[in-house]
Amino acid sequence: MSAVAAVEAAFRRADEVRAGPDGLNAFVHVDREAAVAEAAELDRMVAERLDVAGRPTHDAGRSPLGARPIAVKDNIATLGLPTTCGSRILAGYRSPYEATVVRRLREAGAIVIAKTNMDEFAMGSSTEQSAYGPTLNPVDRTRVPGGSSGGSAAAVAAGIVRIALGSETGGSVRQPAAFCGVVGVKPTYGRVSRYGLVAFASSLDQVGVFGKTVDDAAHGLSVIAGHDERDSTSIDLPVPDFRAAARESLEGLVIGRPREYFPDTLDPRIRDVCDAAAERLRGLGAVVRDVSLPHTSLAIPVYYIVAPAEASSNLARFDGVRYGLRLAGDGLTGMYEATRSGGFGAEVTRRILLGTYVLSAGYYDAYYRKAMAIRALIRQDFVRVFADGVHVLLTPTAPTTAFRLGAISDPYEMYLSDIYTATANLAGIPGISVPGGTVDGLPVGVQFLATHFDEYRLFAAAYALERSLTEQGEHP
Amino acid sequence: MAVSETDVLHVASLARLAVDPARLPALVRELNGILEHMEELGAVRVAGQASSVERQAPKAGDLASASRPDDGPSIPLAHPIESFAPHVRGGFILVPRLATHEDQGTRSP
Repeated sequence: MSAVAAVEAAFRRADEVRAGPDGLNAFVHVDREAAVAEAAELDRMVAERLDVAGRPTHDAGRSPLGARPIAVKDNIATLGLPTTCGSRILAGYRSPYEATVVRRLREAGAIVIAKTNMDEFAMGSSTEQSAYGPTLNPVDRTRVPGGSSGGSAAAVAAGIVRIALGSETGGSVRQPAAFCGVVGVKPTYGRVSRYGLVAFASSLDQVGVFGKTVDDAAHGLSVIAGHDERDSTSIDLPVPDFRAAARESLEGLVIGRPREYFPDTLDPRIRDVCDAAAERLRGLGAVVRDVSLPHTSLAIPVYYIVAPAEASSNLARFDGVRYGLRLAGDGLTGMYEATRSGGFGAEVTRRILLGTYVLSAGYYDAYYRKAMAIRALIRQDFVRVFADGVHVLLTPTAPTTAFRLGAISDPYEMYLSDIYTATANLAGIPGISVPGGTVDGLPVGVQFLATHFDEYRLFAAAYALERSLTEQGEHP
Repeated sequence: MAVSETDVLHVASLARLAVDPARLPALVRELNGILEHMEELGAVRVAGQASSVERQAPKAGDLASASRPDDGPSIPLAHPIESFAPHVRGGFILVPRLATHEDQGTRSP
């Protein structure tokens, strides 16, 4: 299929499912003409066997991804389309540069057809906290798609694109992937460049990939991973061919089942989906054993100190002077306050206040310093388990299936949606969510976690589970 | 540690946020509702553990602390500064006056 045909097919599908504000509300910025023009240019380069710089090439030209339309979360900088982080304070903002992950995808043949809806500045677990209004879950439009990358998850689940970019700070790719029944991978901290990703909590943020299948996610991650001199946290390590993990045998793979992720309070139907997945992998040669990660229950309190603290600093730049919205106030300070209060939504305001409080004099030691010390213990839990011979951990991705729009109003109850994902962000390890089954017709995600920079084993387990479910006609 | 309305207003001023007086009681309630869950961290003993954890943590070569001189490659802009900056003079973006540290209002440059 030509790039033009692929892009036009994606837009047709977007129309069928009503991806815009009159329907799913997954897409917040779209420029059809520009996308088709870019696709036509890609087709010309491929036909003339030219590389990205327009030079003759002997390979298939500028299209290792096969001319794929993709969607990109609204907090990742793109040329041509606005980058507004789902926030009123960045309304209309257009980045003068492009994120490294987007550039790499374009150079591999991807065409960005839309920017996707998200919780404002990635602060949320339902994509209800967006200045553009909530995104609906394509599986059941009365329910949330998860968040914060809900628009990207919905775009993949609705069959508009096979690959979409999201970002993770506490589970914002894996949790919506689970809620929408698609694959979502969060790489190791440092595996993927964050140049052009608008910062929320810099010690936690990573760009992640949604895929319709495990192979789509592996393909996307293979393209965007790798060192970038423009991101000092990016690590200069070789990037394996993640797609090769599809051929790996699971013989001898040691899978840990952490008991803290399966408490008595967990919905037994979600527990059953995960246990059935473990049994499938055992049947393929893996060894499954119980393990303990004793500090797991502290992850949410720790996360909701560390992340807001970093956010309160990162979001200080949005003051009406340098970006987007500016509202008049009494003097310079009044202008700052009017702009920030008028531009930020309720959840962002709450987290900035929380972050400022835990960093303020008299409270820093009790909250922030303590949280950072316990974060180290959470990381140590993983280090010990992996050093003890476990290759991959298997857990639920989320404690529930997708909940109804507006069902959760208590902030902390919403935060608990990240209880099984935030640990990986705090420890910096990679994770992937794979559709494992359904409960009442709603998708349930099975999560795999691995040690730092071992995404390859994650994909090996994910490919095996997906293949097993598909072969037996049980893929959700 | 519960926060009061005074605490919230103080923190809001530090964060350059104006708080609607009608919203203040609810905001205090919400923040206290969140902070209540943080109290369990206080019961965790961490003395000496965190530093030993960091010593034990595996290091991939010298990758633990990445840094580079602040002289990286120039960032090519796709559009000239004039196309997105509110005001430009001599190649510099002009912003409201800050240098005097006096709150003299939002004088446009």
